[in-house]
This record gives sequence, C-alpha cells and structure tokens, in this order.
Amino acid sequence: MGTKIVGTGSYVPERIISNEQLETFLETSDEWIKSRTGIEERRISETENTSDLCAKAAQHILSNAGVSAEEVDFIVVATMTPDYLSPSTASLVQDKIGAHSIMSFDVNAACSGFVYALSIADKLMQSGSYRYGLVLGGEVMSKIVDWSDRSTAVLFGDGAGGVLLKHTQGESFVLGEDIHADGSRGHALTAGTLSLSEKWSSQEAEYQYPLQMEGRSIFDFAIRSVPQSIQNLLSDTNTPFEDVECIVAHQANERILKAIAKKLKVSPELFAVNISKYGNTSAASIPILLHELVAEDKLVLGSSKKIVLTGFGGGLTWGSMLIQL
Amino acid sequence: MTFSKIQEIIMDQLDKDEEEVQLTTNFREDLEADSLDLFQIINDIEDEFDIKIESEEGLNTVQDIVNFVEAEVAKK
Repeated sequence: MGTKIVGTGSYVPERIISNEQLETFLETSDEWIKSRTGIEERRISETENTSDLCAKAAQHILSNAGVSAEEVDFIVVATMTPDYLSPSTASLVQDKIGAHSIMSFDVNAACSGFVYALSIADKLMQSGSYRYGLVLGGEVMSKIVDWSDRSTAVLFGDGAGGVLLKHTQGESFVLGEDIHADGSRGHALTAGTLSLSEKWSSQEAEYQYPLQMEGRSIFDFAIRSVPQSIQNLLSDTNTPFEDVECIVAHQANERILKAIAKKLKVSPELFAVNISKYGNTSAASIPILLHELVAEDKLVLGSSKKIVLTGFGGGLTWGSMLIQL
Repeated sequence: MTFSKIQEIIMDQLDKDEEEVQLTTNFREDLEADSLDLFQIINDIEDEFDIKIESEEGLNTVQDIVNFVEAEVAKK
C-alpha cells in the first residue's frame, strides 16, 4: 500500500509590491532588504483571503493532475492566517472547489505547517481509507504583519500552494521524517494573541495582533536546528547528500539558507530558492517552490528522485522529510 | 589560542585572509560585516567554546570578542 504525489500547483495574488514601494513608508532600502534577505518583491492580497488563495491553488493542482474536486477524499490546509478561527480554512476550500462533504481541517505549525500537514496526510493515506488527499499551505501574512515595523514588514508575502496525494500500489513517497516543536522558545515568534474575556477575567486584555519576532533568536534557531534535522533525517534513512536531488526549504531568508548549507558543508546550490519573488510566505513557501520546480521540469513527478523538504518557524517548530517523487 | 580559533571562524564566515582579521579589526568598518554575519560568527563561537553570548552589543572588534570569550571560559 503506497502513496504518491500526483500533482502540484500554486496561486499567488496579482499585486506585486517591490522593495522600492516599501521605501515610501518604511525607513528601509532595496539594497538593505536584498542584501540581508534576498527578497526583491512580494505578492500582497487586496481582495482575496487565505481560503480564496488556497481554493485557487487547489484548482490548479487538480487541473494539473487531471482529477476532479469530487474525487478528493480529504483536505488539509496548513496556515497561521486563517479567514476565521472557525470555520477552518479547509472547510471553506472544500466548499469553494466543490468537493463532497469530506474531512477538512487546518494545521497550524506556522512556517513548518506544510511539512506537518504532509506528514499527517501521509499517515491518513497509509490507513488505506482514502484515494486522493489534498494538502495545501496558504497564507495572507499581510493581515498579521505590523506595517510600521521595518524589521519584520519587509520579510513577508502572501500566497498558496500544495500537492495532491494518490493512494497507489508500492511504497509511500515519504522515506523518512524528523519533525519537532519546542514550545519553551515559542515566545520568540508570536502573532495574534487572544486574551481572556474582560467580562470574567481581571487580566488586562492584550491586543497584540501583529507578528513579532526576535530576529537573532530565530536566526540562531534556524541555523542550529535545521541542519541538525536534515542530518538526522539523512543518517536515519542512510541517504548520502549525493542521492538528494535538491532541498526544498522554507523560504524565510536566503542568508539563512546559505548559513544552513555552510553548516551542512554542502553547496548552497543544493537549496532551491525563489524568495526574491515572494518573500516569506510561511506555510505556503515550500509548496509554491515545489510547484515551480515541477513546472520548470527541474523536478519530475514519478521520476523516483529523492528530495528533502524542510520547514522551520513559529512554535517553535521545525521538521524535515525525505520524499521520493 | 582563543584568538586563533576566533580568527579562523571569522575568516571562514566572511571569506577573509589572515592579515585582514587582526585583534584591532572592526567587524562593520573593516570587514563590512552586517548583523547577520555577526550572528553567524557568534553562533560558531558559541559552539566552538561551548558558551552563550546573549547580546552582540559592545562586540565591535575582534579584541572585544576575544575578551568576552576569555571571560566566559574563565567562569566555567
């Protein structure tokens, strides 16, 4: 009993915001942003919420795979920027794409969300109860960014992407995984505090909606935990780096990816990069990049090539998966 | 000893030659290092000496780092 990825797809909002446009209201510069992050522009949603981006990405995936929405057996959406606390983004997507009343739920593991969702989806597929499973990562980060904070506002963007899983004969596409969370360091990256009710609680309500990040703590975390996770994954699966076609890592910052490559003593070329166009799209970054590589024929579904997916972010959460295309 | 290890880390991170990394060398002015370069250097130094450097404030020159590391190592 096995599972394969049979389709990829993505959708990003139309509006492009360049670094120069940010210069008009933030004390920053194109040169500063580019040299420290690799970001040149990002997409910002003006009319579409997270479920809209996810539904469009889902339609793109289904059309690429030649599968209809009625055939999908479950939907998992990784997001930290849902339309509502309830209904879930996945429920909204189910309706928008015209799927049946199938199991639909969200996973919140911030920028590691797609890796978490794919890991969960793989276990669901292993049960043998489902034929097709849709796994999406989508964010409208512009909703939670503090647009007056130049240290974080320049980093994020909006978008969605995902994969369609199909139950097949043979092996599972997941060859190994190494997934973690450390809540003791969760305060280093927070967004959207919900306080207790003032009617019942004497605690002062904290209306702290914007995203806040301790830059150095997160940088430190990323360059220590991510290389460790990739190393554990490859050693547990007896996979040398030479067998890894490419590493599709969360696009947080190009400098972080280079630092991770340096720690791993591998060429930075092994890491696929598209952050210049989209910024950090949190849970959407891995599936958007994965689809781009597939669309450009740099990766071929069904080729049996091995790639590493690795996510890291709020929670703190991090995780890597070795998958076979 | 402390200096040579730190010098090696800085040379490796910033791709510089030995002559460019001396005790009086200033990270930002002489080596054009930015905050992320400094974070990476600090990260490697923490691992190398098994110490924690809570803040990069006041660490402007190689000498600053050598002094800090020697004081931390002496506390252990």
